[in-house]
Formats: sequence, structure tokens, C-alpha cells
Amino acid sequence: MTLELFRIDDRLVHGQVVIGWGLPHALGFLVVVDDEIAAAPWEQELYRMGTPEGMEVRFATVDEAAAALPAYRADPRAGMLLTADITTMARLIEAAPSVAAVTIGGLHHRADRVPRLRFVFLSPAEAAALRALAARGVAIAAQDVPTSAPVPLEAVLAADGTE
Amino acid sequence: MTMSDGRAAVVAGHGAFAAGMVSAVARIVGEAHGLVPVDNEEGTPDTIAAAIARALDAAGATVCFTDLPAGSCTMAARRLARARPGLVIVTGASLPVLLAYATGGDVDAAVRAGQAALVATAPAA
Repeated sequence: MTLELFRIDDRLVHGQVVIGWGLPHALGFLVVVDDEIAAAPWEQELYRMGTPEGMEVRFATVDEAAAALPAYRADPRAGMLLTADITTMARLIEAAPSVAAVTIGGLHHRADRVPRLRFVFLSPAEAAALRALAARGVAIAAQDVPTSAPVPLEAVLAADGTE
Repeated sequence: MTMSDGRAAVVAGHGAFAAGMVSAVARIVGEAHGLVPVDNEEGTPDTIAAAIARALDAAGATVCFTDLPAGSCTMAARRLARARPGLVIVTGASLPVLLAYATGGDVDAAVRAGQAALVATAPAA
């Protein structure tokens, strides 16, 4: 096992992550990549409180996570890396180009976003950022829980939220 | 808000968990139960926190029951608690928990009721 899932989700650690993905994938650790949370012990404690026994949560800045990716991958446990937004994931991939696939787990309604899927809303800038990631070879799909079918990026961008 | 013997509280959780739980409480003890549901259908951390805050304020409640310890509603409630030091958050809420609170208004007793109700019966030999 290794760090096998890279997920963008504005809720970061929550039920779908620790239960929906955590149980079937036997996740042993989560890596929350967020520059602000990495400097906020109170926020870190909040996420630790919500994590089940046996699942470790690590916190890292983008730079720290990029440097630590080989160590995450060498971990014998299954793991998931999380960012709350596309910008942070794009920064990580810029610093660590070995990331091959990213899942959009949840980006929800905001004033500048339009609906794409029930759980994916994107601004024009975010859509462009995802296209740029795809253009450099990163496989991108939207999938909230493991039992739902992954929706490839092109289908996400062609959707209007009425599915 | 009128209640039976309990106090006001907010119930928040995934999907229609809260509405379903509060509906079940009403079936058992009547409509004057004091529980206000907040359902989370694809909310953001900010919108969930705002919905819970509105419900707490509207009900004059200082207790929030949530479903999963790691759930978005629990995280949102814990964030709210930073600015509301008196807010009590009870995770893992179930129907026995909510019934005990709605009828007694005691958080500790409600938690005990939930723990006592959780029983697995072995199959008959």
C-alpha cells in the first residue's frame, strides 16, 4: 500500500473521506496539504478530533508535502492526500510533477462558480486550471464516494449540474 | 418555542439525517420537542456553519447534536464553538439520544441513553 489517492475537497476531512473512502481502502493516514492549516494548531486539532482511531492525520504546507511525497509513498499503509482547492493541488503538482491522478471529491457552491455536478461547482478560472493540469498529463475525474462512477474531466466540464 | 420537558437543541447531519431524526422524535413525543433540524445536502464548511448558527440562534439553543464525529456538520459546529464557548456538541446522535434530551433536557443523561440503547443481540442458537 502507499499514498494512492489525491483528492480535492473543500471539506477536507469529513464523513466521505474517513468512512466512505477510509473503510474500503483501509486508509491508515491522511495528509492535509494547506499552508494555513499547517500553521494553525487549533485547526489541526479539530481535524484530529474527527478522525477515527487507527487513522493518522498529517498536516503539511505545499512545499513540505512536495518534499515528503517519496516518504508518503514509501509508507506501508494506504493513504490519501487532500487539498481544499484546485490552486493548492496545482501548486503541489508543480512542485512534485509525479502526481499522476487527481480526484475532485467536492467543490461546492460559491458566488463565482457554476454547477457542473451535484458536488462540483467550478469558476471559469478553476475550469482552466483543471484543463492545464490535464494538459500536463494528470488524469482528473470527479468522484465523491468509491461506489459512484468517476466522471472524467471533459464530462465534468460539459455538464451543467442537472445530472 | 414550547417543549415537553426538554430544552431547545439543533440536530445536524448528512443528507436528511436531521429531518428524519426530528420527524421520528415528533412521532414519539409529539411536536413540542424543541429540536431544530439542519440537513446538509452538499454544503460548504461555511454554509453548514452558517445554517447551524442560524438554527441555534432561532431556537435559543446551546446544544448541537450531530451524526458522525468526523462529519462536516460536526466540524462546522466545532468551529462555531470557538466563538460560542457555551456550545455543547454531542456526536453520534441517535434516536434514543434525541428522545432522552427532548424529554429531559440533560445532555449527560441523553448520552447515557444512547449508550444503553446500543445493543447487539446474538442470533438464536
